[in-house]
This record gives sequence, C-alpha cells and structure tokens, in this order.
Amino acid sequence: MTLSWSPKTLAEAREALIQGATKVAGSTDLLVVDHATGSVRDSVLNVLGIEELQGIRVEADQLSIGASSTFTRIRESAEVAKHAPLLKDAARTIGAAQIQNRATIGGNIANASPAGDSLPALLALGALIVVSGPRERRIVPYNAFHTAYRKTVLGPDELIERILIPLPAPAVQVFRKVGTREAQAISKVVVAFASDRLDHRILANVRLAMGSVAAVPVRLHEVEILIEDNPLTPELAARAAALVAKSITPIDDVRSTAEYRRHVAGQVVRRLLLDLLAAPPA
Amino acid sequence: MAESDKPASRFSRRSFIKTAGAGAALAGVSAEAQEKKPEFLGPDASTLTLTVNGAPRQVTVEPRVTLLRALRNELEITGAKEVCDRGGCGACTVLMDGRIVNACMIMAWDAVGHEITTVESFGTPEKLSPVQAAFVECDGYQCGFCTPGMVVSSTALLKRNPNPSLDEIKAGLAGNLCRCGTYGRIFEAVGKAAKNMAAAKPAAGKAAKKGE
Repeated sequence: MTLSWSPKTLAEAREALIQGATKVAGSTDLLVVDHATGSVRDSVLNVLGIEELQGIRVEADQLSIGASSTFTRIRESAEVAKHAPLLKDAARTIGAAQIQNRATIGGNIANASPAGDSLPALLALGALIVVSGPRERRIVPYNAFHTAYRKTVLGPDELIERILIPLPAPAVQVFRKVGTREAQAISKVVVAFASDRLDHRILANVRLAMGSVAAVPVRLHEVEILIEDNPLTPELAARAAALVAKSITPIDDVRSTAEYRRHVAGQVVRRLLLDLLAAPPA
Repeated sequence: MAESDKPASRFSRRSFIKTAGAGAALAGVSAEAQEKKPEFLGPDASTLTLTVNGAPRQVTVEPRVTLLRALRNELEITGAKEVCDRGGCGACTVLMDGRIVNACMIMAWDAVGHEITTVESFGTPEKLSPVQAAFVECDGYQCGFCTPGMVVSSTALLKRNPNPSLDEIKAGLAGNLCRCGTYGRIFEAVGKAAKNMAAAKPAAGKAAKKGE
C-alpha cells in the first residue's frame, strides 16, 4: 500500500473515490490476497471511519445495516437477532472470532466471492444495497448486484454505504453451511432459506439462495416455485433435492468436487424441509 | 509470505527507516498541507502513535506495514508471532479495544486510535497471569509457538465468559491453530484457568460487598 486515506465522512472520501483508491474495511480478504501474491496497492481508502457506513438500526419498514458493521456487531445486534436471525447465523460461521471482529458485511459483499457466507442470507432476505459515489447515491436490489464471477455493479468510484432489509422479515429463516470444519473453513456449500408460513405444510414467498455452487451467489427460482406450489411432505423434500442438484452449476476446486456439491446442496435442502415439517409453527 | 520488506540485517533496515523518516519530515515542512491534517499517508514513512499496553508508542513506518510488523520490528514487542501472515492461524492474536484480532491482518495506520493489548501485558515470569499459570500447570503446549496467541484468545474468552463449556472453549479458540496438536491440554488449561479464577473470586466479591 503506497497511500492510505482514512476519511471520517463520505464527503471527505470524495477525492479518494475519484482517484479510484482500493476500498478497504477489515482487510481480512484483501491482505490474504496481497500477502499471498506480494501485490501492492497504489492507494487504499479505509472506509471504517466513515460515519455514514456505521450502525445498525430499524427505520420504519427496513432494517438498515451500515456497510462497515463487523460480523461481531451483527452477531451481537438485538435488531438483527429479532428481524434477521438468518444473517446472525451466517455471521457466526464466518472465519473465527479474530476475523469476525474485523471483517465487515460491506467487505463481504464488495469482495464478491461466490463463497461469501453472508451473501446467500442477504439474497434470501431480499436485501437492497445503498451505493454511494462522488456524485450520487443509488439503491441496487441485491439480486442484481453480482454480475459475473467476482464482478459487481459497483463502479471504481463507488462504495457500499448501507444494506437495507425490508420488514416485516420472513417468518421462516434457516441458514446452513457445509465446510471442512466449523471455523476458518471456506464453504463448500452455503444455503439460506426464507419464507412465510401459511400453515404447517404451506410455505409462501419462498426464497432459497446458495453460495459456492455457481460463479455468483444465486437464488434457485425453480426450486422456490416447486416448494410454494406443493404442500410440505417428505416426497416434496426429495423432489426439491433433485431439482436443486439440476439447478446449480458448481465446479471442482481445491475445496470440493462439483459432484459432491450437487449432492450435498440437495441433501441440505431436503433435510431443511424435513426439519420444517417436523417443527409445526407455534 | 512477502519478503520485500524483510531487511537484510536489522541494522540496515533501521538506518533505512531513519532516513525515510527524515525525508518525510522534510517533505512535511515544505508541503502546502502543513496547516491541516494530511488527507492521506504515504508513500514515505509516517510517524504514527499507537497505544500499546496502555502506553503511547511511536513508530515510523510506510503505509504497507502491518500492526504485527510494527509491534515486532519497530517496538520489539515480539510476543505476537508471524506464522501464516494471512489471518489463518491466530499466532499473531492481540487485543484491539478488548477484542481479539489478527495483527497480521491490520495495517499499522489502521491501529491508530485503538487500544492494542499484547500478551506482554498479562503477566511476568515471576507472576504469571491465571491463564498463563494454567497453561504451565496443564502442559498446554509443545513447541510453544502458538502459545502467546492461545493465551490472548483464552484470556479474552474468559473475560466474556468466565465459565465456558468445552464447546465454548473450542469455539473461542477456533481461530488459533496448534501445529503440535496439543489441543486437548490447551482446552484443559482454559478450563483450569476458569476454575482457578472462580476460586479466587469469592473473597474479592465479599470484600466488595463489605465495602458497600
């Protein structure tokens, strides 16, 4: 890093944004890459001090999470626990305490790894991303944010200001992660499920999102429709699992094989649905 | 691991940094930004004031230097170890505002304004902290290289949760790796420290009540 900027407000960040400085928050991904490759950034913009990016609060009909909120803050937030337990569960599985104390949700999104653990949770919660640049502020639906492997709609002079989760949040929220170990492991498969529940066997507004199974975090729309259109039964769970395996495009890599990911992703969804069936709404 | 900022010898690196620091100071005098705080640091070395173990400590480093290297190479506070240098092993664990962090994953300039606490503040060879004493008692190490990080994470865990279950101990230390595989005795040591600290507490509790 040759130059480092540490502004306190978005206005102060303007010059660094125009110059295209690399945006950095907890730096828990950036430094892994840089230390492994020996690459040097010309200039970095430290976003942690920018006040507009801080705090977690409920505003009217949305939960507003500052992009620089660490996963520890998200785990500890009463508002997140109440409205977005899915996100809290995802935060709990990221790295270990040392990483959760530094890594931020905005960084997880901007880093745009298909294995980012909080990303399927944000898809399932129908999140909106507030993006700020030197001239304007715009709101991007999160499901349109990732355009290709490690590519996003974020311009070089833009940063993620806040994450908005529409309220009321879905009644059913479930997070599942498969990795080599519980901590410090990059996920083989991440599953986030959210829905409303009309009665014991009828789910509505189903959102099923996955990570590590495609070039970007994805929603599985066909599986969602299958679950919405049929009462919850063991047969439906099995059909959903088969459809999951057909719907995703995982790859072979150092962490796992495509075949394993297809099988496990389906089985995680099957068990998740069986667990819902076994636990009628209170 | 990046070798680029590793000095050929301690002496030559020190001389280099002194020179770089003097250059920065001279540039500072003539710079038009003299009156207001500079908008950015670098590319030359800047003098930063870190708060380490309760005391202000100055380091003169370029923006690319991590907190870990500033502690070890500039301040000679070497309890935190550099092992993986990519946030995977926890050997460099220190406290930042009371929370455990990997010092290799934080730039020195980003630590300014935060309280950094290292294993050096926990005890002395003559008077070990309860966690350090329990590691000795339970033989909670083999080569000892991960021990400072383990002690920092364990101390932070017991502060937050004075009576952790085995699973909670494992979760609290999940970011610290022991290459020798002495986890069983490390977890035992943390449990022992919790017991010893609880046993030492009632007296203090009573004293506090009397004082009311």
